[in-house]
Amino acid sequence: MFGRLTWAAIPFDQPVVMIASGTVGFVIFCILALVTVKGWWPYLWREWITSVDHKRIGVMYIGLALLMLVRGFSDAMLMRSQQALAAGHAQGYLPPEHYDQIFSAHGTIMIFFVAMPFVIGLMNFVLPLQLGVRDVAFPVLNSVGFWLSAAGVLLVNVSLVVGEFARTGWLAYPPLSEVAYSPGVGVDYYLWSLQISGLGTLLSGINLTTTILKLRAPGMGYRQMPIFCWTALASNLLIVAAFPILTATFAMLLLDRYCGFHFFTNDLGGNPMMYINLIWCWGHPEVYILILPAFGVFSEVVATFSGKPLFGRRSMVMATMAICVLSFVVWLHHFFTMGAGANVNAFFGIATMIIAVPTGVKIFNWLFTLYGGRIRFTVPIYWAVGFMVTFVIGGMTGVLMAIPPADFVLHNSLFLIAHFHNVAIGGVVFGVMAGITYWFPKAFGFTLNERLGKAVFWCWFFGFYLAFMPLYVLGLMGATRRMQHYSNMHWQPLMLVALAGAVLIFLGIALTVVQIAVSIRHRERNRDVTGDPWNGRTLEWSTPSPPPAWNFSHLPPVERADAFWAMKQQGGTAQDRNLKRTYETIHVPRNNPTGFFLAFCAVLLGFSLIWRIWWGAELGLLGAIVVGLMQAWRTDGEIEVPAEKVAAFERLRGLKESAV
Amino acid sequence: MSATEQALASGDAVPLSLRGPAPTRVVAGYGFWLFLLSDIIIFAALFAAYAVLSGESAGGPTAADLFDKKHVLIETACLLASSVTCGFGSLAVQSGDRNSTYFWMAITFILSVTFLSLEVSEFSHMLSIGAGPSRSAFLSAFFTLVGTHGLHVTVGLCWLIVMLSQVATLGFRPMVSRRFFCFGLFWHALDIVWIGVFTIVYLGAHL
Amino acid sequence: MHAARAPSASAIWLRAISITSAAVLMASCEEGVLDPHGPVGKAERVILYDSTAIMLAVIIPVIVLTLVFAWWFRARNKRARYRPDWEYSGRIEMIIWSIPALIILFLGGIAWTGSHDLDPPLPLADSTAPLDIEVISLDWRWLFIYPHEGIASLNRLVVPAGVPIRFRLTSTTVMNSFFVPQLGSQIYTMPNMVTRLNLEADQPGTYEGLSAQFSGDGFSDMRFDLVSTEAEAFKDWVNTTKTQGGVLDSTTFEELVKPAKADGAQTFSQVSEGLFDKISSGHMAAVSPQRGQ
Repeated sequence: MFGRLTWAAIPFDQPVVMIASGTVGFVIFCILALVTVKGWWPYLWREWITSVDHKRIGVMYIGLALLMLVRGFSDAMLMRSQQALAAGHAQGYLPPEHYDQIFSAHGTIMIFFVAMPFVIGLMNFVLPLQLGVRDVAFPVLNSVGFWLSAAGVLLVNVSLVVGEFARTGWLAYPPLSEVAYSPGVGVDYYLWSLQISGLGTLLSGINLTTTILKLRAPGMGYRQMPIFCWTALASNLLIVAAFPILTATFAMLLLDRYCGFHFFTNDLGGNPMMYINLIWCWGHPEVYILILPAFGVFSEVVATFSGKPLFGRRSMVMATMAICVLSFVVWLHHFFTMGAGANVNAFFGIATMIIAVPTGVKIFNWLFTLYGGRIRFTVPIYWAVGFMVTFVIGGMTGVLMAIPPADFVLHNSLFLIAHFHNVAIGGVVFGVMAGITYWFPKAFGFTLNERLGKAVFWCWFFGFYLAFMPLYVLGLMGATRRMQHYSNMHWQPLMLVALAGAVLIFLGIALTVVQIAVSIRHRERNRDVTGDPWNGRTLEWSTPSPPPAWNFSHLPPVERADAFWAMKQQGGTAQDRNLKRTYETIHVPRNNPTGFFLAFCAVLLGFSLIWRIWWGAELGLLGAIVVGLMQAWRTDGEIEVPAEKVAAFERLRGLKESAV
Repeated sequence: MSATEQALASGDAVPLSLRGPAPTRVVAGYGFWLFLLSDIIIFAALFAAYAVLSGESAGGPTAADLFDKKHVLIETACLLASSVTCGFGSLAVQSGDRNSTYFWMAITFILSVTFLSLEVSEFSHMLSIGAGPSRSAFLSAFFTLVGTHGLHVTVGLCWLIVMLSQVATLGFRPMVSRRFFCFGLFWHALDIVWIGVFTIVYLGAHL
Repeated sequence: MHAARAPSASAIWLRAISITSAAVLMASCEEGVLDPHGPVGKAERVILYDSTAIMLAVIIPVIVLTLVFAWWFRARNKRARYRPDWEYSGRIEMIIWSIPALIILFLGGIAWTGSHDLDPPLPLADSTAPLDIEVISLDWRWLFIYPHEGIASLNRLVVPAGVPIRFRLTSTTVMNSFFVPQLGSQIYTMPNMVTRLNLEADQPGTYEGLSAQFSGDGFSDMRFDLVSTEAEAFKDWVNTTKTQGGVLDSTTFEELVKPAKADGAQTFSQVSEGLFDKISSGHMAAVSPQRGQ
């Protein structure tokens, strides 16, 4: 009746898991109860769950990512503490069966359910505002993409309580991930949650690429487009080109596991090396998908807070697109030690170094943007400067490992772990934190507390160095990754330092929560009345904070890059600019529950497939088809905002601004 | 008024990239193109897997043993013909001609169902002689590549039925003709993929 | 306007660098990649040092300049010249493209020559006759077969010092990676395939070996000792081993293949002919066990 699902799937005998999931379940219950008691469901349903407004969806993506950051980081704390304890004859407190799931979940969650939603959320919120348009190209699809990602999140977290997670590492190499060597449901949870959220990501990539290329304010050609839009374009092109490879590869592994196919098995001709090639053909572009929007954030932040335009804009754009293209020809550097031979290894090593050139150019461009500026040391600039000094170290160790014989002694060691955390934290996390702080007032109408923001930065900055510099050293000492315990006692002090660093980062995450709470409490004090709290340069700062559903009452005519800066230099207040305008009726997309319902069906489908509950899978698929058909026949997709309402809104805004 | 606004208002030749947000029809088509490109990349990965595994028959039936050129020729003829009739159907949609639309799309449907039944019969024959996908890596790759194409055709046919129902219930409003345009793109793209399959899998077997 | 914090940041940063470098220097005195005991590892260490030095020559100035610019051009510094429209300089563009390009040109050369000189299957440039060893990674132990001596050893690899070792490697179930950090390069071991590696220990000593590719629950115990001895001592060890321990044939191998965590060393006095070739060509695929829940 329920396939392979039995009561034995719930680990009643594992207190750590039961307590953790019990706590989480209790918290969720309390939140749901609170919402019900306070009568907030209609508001949540109308304003958030069924919203197709890119601004709301962007905020939800980031909320999802922050939540999963806590989950992924808990895994990190478990790993760091286990490794700090399990030296010599000590075995620590996490047996291999658990430890293996924890590091697999840590990597999977951090890449797919923290980093991706963070950058997609930022791009979602910012792009239409920077492009001077009302929404993304396909608002309903946008909602579908978000909710599919949420479905993936749900499945991954359910694996904590019902069944197990993969014990293969975050990329699930065969033969280990084949049924023969991973017979449980762990790898199935991994595969289905990523297939579902991967579809969501692909839809998002198509949506944002189309938006950037086909929906821009009049006069905004490619030369006038903000640099964040360029990096977002490169990132989304990579999503469209790379994610299908992941989908196909996972489909092949699923066919192996479910239907006895032989793509990657040890017998009957299967080829595990092919999986490694395919997965990294996706995997390398993936890291550029993550870092390019972060680079875009830094370009905006450094220019704005230096009070000058970005240095070398054109070469920044060329460097971005070069990175986009080159990211497809370097994948083999992830497995130099698989024995491809000297010519192949050397080619890919050199290609990897070549991609470091445009990245290096970008660093110099930011450097010379600072030069001659009048730098205001707000929280985003802290993150930017912290990024510039930290990321280059990670870049250096990356180029080091791009030399095949160097990689022969460093591959899969803690040196590798330190390198990619160096660029992921120093680049992606710092960029996302800068972006969130920078655009928070636009989204919510008030700025975040500066002092706490700086405290958060220092915790992350020092926490990162404490946690990962020892790992560089450990890697050089011969320590490999994914160790549940080790015999060399000399390594333990360094592991303890790394644990201290993790605790410091934990403090940073806790302070972020405090910062948000305090900022909400003091929001009147920190109100952004003008819509332009940072003296910004790009179009999003010309809207009120938060913008109305339609973003721009009148699509701004653009003549040059840094369009808003140009408008300000021409003088006049928002009131003057708007006074002589006549407004037209604006069409705004109507709320739509398709995304939410599709995700519900996706969870049912995924969970049923994992546990081989075939009738549940059929039900989920049928549900999805029905929801899709209902959407296909929906003809009233838009609401009209009459011109008078728009005009009244603008008049009120003008009054508010002049009252400041 | 800005220079751009003036140029747009006076009807001067303004480059496409500066004209502001594109019309819905363009945006929808463009987004669908991107989706098709991503779909083709899925096929590219499956072609790559086929190329790597085509020799791995693990002592079982090989490509040369299994593939019947005549059978494949008929399949190909059906599919390519369905593309032609789909083209005529698209013209009918553009001119708002309901009956022609039904007629040409029905022929498209019949031709495609013929293609699918030929493919299903090939698959079931192979399964019956022990040449199923779990026999060897080569067969896994074959069934997945050709089967994924067949799955796309099947989904396309379901989509076609939905589209014809939309014509019947909603008429040829812009939303419906946009979707027909996308369907046409999809159908022709599947043709292109089939030409790849036909060449690499079936002709390649006899090289 | 908040007070600039940049100066203390650079002081803190310099402190961090010195602590890190001290730690790294400490590490090089310990066992590991920076303390190689073989020609391969030594060549690789040279590459590590040279490349790092070349890159630091750019990285350190970049970091310093970042902090200096950020501090000097802070808004409160009235002495700094504000150039609000300066956004392009052809000369600077040329420099900032050429510096990374030159570095990469140099390192690319190192990558090309290094990849060829240190390609794992390449025999070492040593006139001494090599010793052949066949390596099979099991779940979760290492089996070393000496084909010409007709003996085998589990979890303990005894080799003569100063003699190049020609490894041929395979795996029974999942991928692993054969790695002795103090001797140099690692190489993956994969089922149904043979990979090749050449290493040499130039002095007697005991060196840690491990698997560097995660392979399941017993992975952390999958360690072995590489013991290099004087030539005479090695001959003695071979002769002694031929008299002790069981026979390694298909039957005993089937026992070994069953998943078990590493539990000390063991030797075999006899090995059936061509066992490694049979395993690596997939003829013993039926033997590869499935893992239970």
